[in-house]
Amino acid sequence: MSLYSIFAERVRSNIPVALITVIDGPNIGATMLVSPSTEAEGTLGDAELDRVVARDALGEVEAGRTGVRHYGPQGQTTPEDLIDTPTVRVFIEAFSPPPTMWIFGAVDFTAALAKVAKVLGYYVVVCDAREVFATRRRFPMADEVLVSWPAPLFTQRGAALTSRDAVCILTHDPKFDVPAVQGALATNVGYIGVMGSRKTHAKRLERLAEVGITSTDQLSRLMSPIGLDIGARTPEETAISIVGEIIARRTGRGAPSLRDSDGPIHK
Amino acid sequence: MRELLNDIERWQQAGKQIAVARVVDIEGSGPRDPGAAMAVNEDGEVVGSVSGGCVEGAVVAEALEILRGDKQPRLVKFGYSDDEAFAVGLTCGGIIHLFIAPLTW
Repeated sequence: MSLYSIFAERVRSNIPVALITVIDGPNIGATMLVSPSTEAEGTLGDAELDRVVARDALGEVEAGRTGVRHYGPQGQTTPEDLIDTPTVRVFIEAFSPPPTMWIFGAVDFTAALAKVAKVLGYYVVVCDAREVFATRRRFPMADEVLVSWPAPLFTQRGAALTSRDAVCILTHDPKFDVPAVQGALATNVGYIGVMGSRKTHAKRLERLAEVGITSTDQLSRLMSPIGLDIGARTPEETAISIVGEIIARRTGRGAPSLRDSDGPIHK
Repeated sequence: MRELLNDIERWQQAGKQIAVARVVDIEGSGPRDPGAAMAVNEDGEVVGSVSGGCVEGAVVAEALEILRGDKQPRLVKFGYSDDEAFAVGLTCGGIIHLFIAPLTW
């Protein structure tokens, strides 16, 4: 089995993998693959270099980071060791599983949001307790459509949510959105958006207080009302406003128009 | 490269030589992040992209020379202000570093 086929199989199976390539120095083009809890495949031409780079690459895979690193020919990393030795430049490309978006509430906004989330590469899960609405037929673009209350889903799979993931609560039903917010706040998910008017939001805060969610730390994690203020009206426009907000929260931008802001576009 | 796998395998099954160009680094403003990739086969067919369309033509030419063995796998730099850069540049004013090599691993 070639390195390429191992690589392709891992990427397709959503197994995190770093593709490591020597891009400058001895053995240019040499390739190695590293995944968590598996032995490295391939070699960069020196056992010690392989060991050091594999260690670094594992960290990069976990962080989902891609970039160039410099080493000595035997994996030296300290500046003193690198004087007078030719440098090996190594490109470490991290292939981590796609981020996940859980959408609660099987409504029209959900279909539009699921569609846009797929364009951005999310693994999309749609969840609603009502069997008639949570159907494959209505959400063919979703990766999973679950008929479930929020609590069991968070209990079973909430621990897997990370800062790269998003939970969007689009139901306006207090029976559903309060437990969904509770469940999401108990995870490390990076984005929690809750749909509703400002009035709905105020009432929701009262109901959350009734179940004991009052701390500013917790409530400040909620993006509610959900989305950027771009005047979105239709489900599709609203979906764009939501994913725009998710991107802006991740990058820490205030989301003004580029024309009206300064500085480099790509940071 | 994730999005190139199907095409790469189709080419491999057809016995085509393939070169892959990947963005490894960016200075200043660049349209695509490190990891953006395109693949070129010996017939000059292309999938994927490494910029907003500014440098793809030159990358194909480079990739074909590498596939023919006229050039070694190498780092290539595209930017507007560098004498060693290709005649084509990036309209955004940044510099992208590409690694172009045959897919022989």
